[in-house]
Parts: sequence; structure tokens; C-alpha cells
Amino acid sequence: MSLHAATSKFESAVLEQLDAAHNLARWLMRNDEDAQDVVQESCMKALRSFDSFRGGDFRAWFLTIVRNTSFTWLRRNKNVHAGVADHSLEDGAEVAADCDIYDPQMIALRAGDADLVRRAIDALPDGLREAVVLREMEGLSYREIGKITGVPIGTVMSRLSRGRMQLQSLLVEMDQGQPEKSGTGGPPR
Amino acid sequence: MNCDEARQLLHAYVDDELDLATTLQIEKHLPGCPKCRKELEAAQVVRTAVAQPAVYYPAPSELRDRLTKAIRAETREISPSSRSITPWWRRPIAFSGLAASLLLVIGSMVLFAPTHAPSGQIDELVGSHVRSLGADHLMDVASTDQHTVKPWFTGKIDFSPPVVDLSGEGFPLIGGRLDYLEQKKVAALIYHRNKHIINLFIWPGETSPQKDVKQGFNLIRFECKGMVCWAVSDLNAVELQQFVELFKGQKPASTRN
Repeated sequence: MSLHAATSKFESAVLEQLDAAHNLARWLMRNDEDAQDVVQESCMKALRSFDSFRGGDFRAWFLTIVRNTSFTWLRRNKNVHAGVADHSLEDGAEVAADCDIYDPQMIALRAGDADLVRRAIDALPDGLREAVVLREMEGLSYREIGKITGVPIGTVMSRLSRGRMQLQSLLVEMDQGQPEKSGTGGPPR
Repeated sequence: MNCDEARQLLHAYVDDELDLATTLQIEKHLPGCPKCRKELEAAQVVRTAVAQPAVYYPAPSELRDRLTKAIRAETREISPSSRSITPWWRRPIAFSGLAASLLLVIGSMVLFAPTHAPSGQIDELVGSHVRSLGADHLMDVASTDQHTVKPWFTGKIDFSPPVVDLSGEGFPLIGGRLDYLEQKKVAALIYHRNKHIINLFIWPGETSPQKDVKQGFNLIRFECKGMVCWAVSDLNAVELQQFVELFKGQKPASTRN
């Protein structure tokens, strides 16, 4: 394949996955400007290493770059947001077997408020948030999520169940139309 | 399956990620367990909530435009059309990288005499060689004619370097360049061997033979006509030594200036 053909193939593949890339970066960075910068940097990284991409799942390959670039940015800026952002992956690790099960109707009622849902997702720890985003918004399999985030399938499974349980309580307990309250593990916005 | 076990697996069940046997166990457990059914329903509501389009962040169109431009700009720099109009000796980076990595292997098999030149000088020589391979920096005077290259140095440096044509021996001269090493002006002659570039740095002085290898490049020092000469190349050590012997053995071009 000529370089030109390879590039136009790359361009169309990237543009096809651009929404997924931006969505993931936006949820990890939690701000518009950083998300766009991360996507641009990831795109250039991907272009330069496109010849090392040996076919297969382009989406998973590209999203892995976006994901890793996001975390590099977050680590780099850690000092800037020290004490504010919570980038721990394992926060809220335990699934309390006896924790409250919230009334599904009650959750459904609040789930229509997209802004509230966004704030609830934002409040999740990074590891749970990325699993939830990749699963619910991109429809990826546990195997694909494990590959992108570099964890075993069992970890993906437990992160998803913890993520959803935390979302239930966040949706019910967060104040509607208010900035999220402190203590939910998320940063102030 | 008890309730605690079922709850651990419930989300994988929702996601259809369980094997058939476990799926059947869950389905056997659910009808008799209102708690798990409620949990299942809650999980499905959360899924729907998160998956709603209003929550998604699609790429803004200006990002799409910006990236398309950036990809095309980046590609133009390395586009095949700009490659094909560049003579191969003006763009040696691509293959010298490959050759250099091959030579790391070859170089590690060849035993060199201990080095005597200060490592700083070796670094400068390699650095200068590498820089010369960058775009438009290889030659100040491009000529295969030794009688053009040699006089070119007159007035630019205070010595006249030996310039010999070795094209008959498979090392054609392709040009010359003024370079700087340790704050001194030196002459650099450029030869090529197949697709490898040889930089021959020359300045007046006395020296003893020496070989070195650095970053995959071979370096050979020798004295010729009262000049210190350093040959630097990604060419293999054997052929570079052959080049040195040929250079030393040839009569320099008669001075026409």
C-alpha cells in the first residue's frame, strides 16, 4: 500500500472513531479543552505509529492511545489539581452486599435529567468511569474494555458492577440542578 | 447459587457476558428473589440513563476539521511525491536508520581497538554526521569532480584538504561541505557507497589510527598528507576500512588553485 493510500485509510478510520475518541477523552479529562487537546495528540501519535498497527480492531487500538494519553495528561497535571481531582482507580472498591438497593422507579425518574446523569458519571472514580463509558456508551465487550484499559476481564466485570451501583446511589442522592455535593469522590466543577 | 453470588454476577448477566451454565443458574435464581430482581431492574435503568444520547459528548465539528487538516499537513511532510523528487542522497535518513540498526548488530560483532579520542570529539563527529543527513545540509558544493570540490574550500578554510575520486573503486565523491568541530572550521568530503553516506572530516594535524563505533555509526581515524581524517558512516566497518585504505593510497588531486 502506498503511503498516500495508507494515510487516507488512516484519516477515514480516525474520523469514523472520532466521536468515540472524543467522548472517552471528555469523560476522562472532565473538561472540553483538555479533551480536544488529548484527542489531537492521540491522533498524531496514532498517525506516526500507524505502520505498527497490524490490522485488527482499529477502534480498540485508537481508543487505547486516547485512554493512555488522557492518563498521561492527568498525571502530568496532577500537581496543578492536587487535592482536588481524584484519579484513584480503586476508590469504593468494595461492593457492599447489603448496601441499599434503590428503587428503580426513583432512579428512572431522575435518569431523564441528562445534566444530573452527567454529574453522576463525573463523580465516579476514573477506573469505574472509563469502564462504564466504554461499556454503556460505546457498547464494547468486557474483553475489549480489558484490552483498552489494561486489566483482566474479572476486573472489568467488578468495575462495571461497582460503577453502576455507585451511579444508582449518586442519581438518587445528588441534588437535582445543584453542583454535586462533596464526598462523592468527584472533583468540584 | 445464593443471593450474594448472584448479585456479583448480575451485571455481567445484564451485559450478556456470562457463559451458558452461569446464565442458567442466574435465571433459576431470579424468579425466587425479589431483591435480585430489583437490583437487575435498577442496573438496567442505570444503563439506559448512561446510554442516552444527551449524555454523550460527540466530537465538535471544529475538532474534526482541525484534525483533518493536521493529518494532511503531517502527511505532506512525508508524502511520496516529495520523496520521489528528492535525490536519494538528499534523503538518506530513511534507509540510514535501517542501516544503522543493522550495523548495531554488525558493530557488536566487530572488535575495535580501544578508543583514544576524547568521547566528546566522537560525539561531535557523530552529531555532525547525523546533522549532515538532515534535509539540505549534506553538501555546500555538490560535485562528483574532485577538481571542483577541492578548490571550493579555498578561502573558506586555511588549508587545502586532500580530495580524491574513488568512483572507480565504488566510493564516488558527491560533494563537500564546510563544517565545525570543536569550534574549528573543518573540511567535510561526502562520498557514498551503495546507499550509505560517508562523511570524511579533515583538518590539519598529526594523529594515530583509531576506530570507534557510536550509535551504530562506524568511525575510523587516520592521517593523510599531514591531515587528521575521520571517516564516519553507517557503512559496515569492513567496507569503511576499505574506503580509508583507498583514500590513503590514492594520489590527491593536483592543486589547481
